[in-house]
Amino acid sequence: MSKLETALRKVPGYEAEAAAAASRFAEHAAHEGLVDVAYTTVDSPVGAVLVAATHRGLVRIAFGAGFNADEVVEDLSERISPRVLEVPSYFDGVRRELDEYFEGRRTSFDLPLDWQLTRGFARQVLRRTAKIPYGEVSTYQRMAAAAGSPRAYRAAGNALGANPIPIVVPCHRVLHSGGGLGGYGGGLERKEFLLRLEGSLPGERPAGA
Amino acid sequence: MELPPFQVFMDAHRDDVFRFLVACVGAEEADDCFQETFLSALRAYPRLEDSSNLRAWILTIAHRKAIDAHRSRKRRPVPAEKLPERGTEPATARDTSLWNAVRELPGKQRAAVLHRFVNDLAYADIGQMTGSSEEAARRNVHEGLKKLRGAWQT
Repeated sequence: MSKLETALRKVPGYEAEAAAAASRFAEHAAHEGLVDVAYTTVDSPVGAVLVAATHRGLVRIAFGAGFNADEVVEDLSERISPRVLEVPSYFDGVRRELDEYFEGRRTSFDLPLDWQLTRGFARQVLRRTAKIPYGEVSTYQRMAAAAGSPRAYRAAGNALGANPIPIVVPCHRVLHSGGGLGGYGGGLERKEFLLRLEGSLPGERPAGA
Repeated sequence: MELPPFQVFMDAHRDDVFRFLVACVGAEEADDCFQETFLSALRAYPRLEDSSNLRAWILTIAHRKAIDAHRSRKRRPVPAEKLPERGTEPATARDTSLWNAVRELPGKQRAAVLHRFVNDLAYADIGQMTGSSEEAARRNVHEGLKKLRGAWQT
């Protein structure tokens, strides 16, 4: 290979410029309405939280034990649309509400939701779960009954375990009838954390509650 | 082959595309071309049938946008036989005489040389991407190199 060819192969990199151009592109594309799924990651007391939204609203929240952002993004791409881009500015409102929640200054979320990752009975259970107020808890059995099948508490448990929008759809407020915490997709210690934050962890509830 | 999420696709190729565009149109116009390139790609993305060579696909789009940029620059009422140097580029170590010489090459030779050495593509791919043949691509690279040798001082 000649010296000239070698020199041509060594075009200096423009990594910083390319990265900045790519970020600008994502913002621009979202502004043009060309992004089907936007996402970003935000910091929180329960670790990094990935939030994703469609034109309709918040569609996915992921965090906690075994959480892998790349896998979540792949999954959104396959199930919704490959037009997935990281657009941090799209989530200014979501970030603010989550911050306020984790600081104990917010007891309900004012965010539109997109339920498209849920189906049938599971969706009914999760929609009922979304209505459990801050500071209160319910049981798998009651959620199953509210969704129309009192005996399907196991299916209700599965639906809650597969909740695509945890925290905002507060599946952490659903416990075992016997008083046990039950399970949590993000890891049980995070369920405990959220319940303690809301002042409703069994055995630690404030006097008179 | 399953299409990757667009973000993953862009992360994988953004450096190549940007570098190629800087070499084609200069640092000043590279960003505009970059935006246009990925906008076109994003519009077409969900309907893309062959995802086996996404790199060649995005570089082909980048190449087209670079040609458009050259054309629109030519359409501007600049009374010049030769395109004016875009004098605003900072004279950093990255902006060598070699790259200025590359930008002076005729379009087809410039594209062929850049695809061959910057993007490391095979002649057959270059032929396909520039709408000509493998032989023509080889010839364009050869002619381009010959001109560069004359212009390039080490």
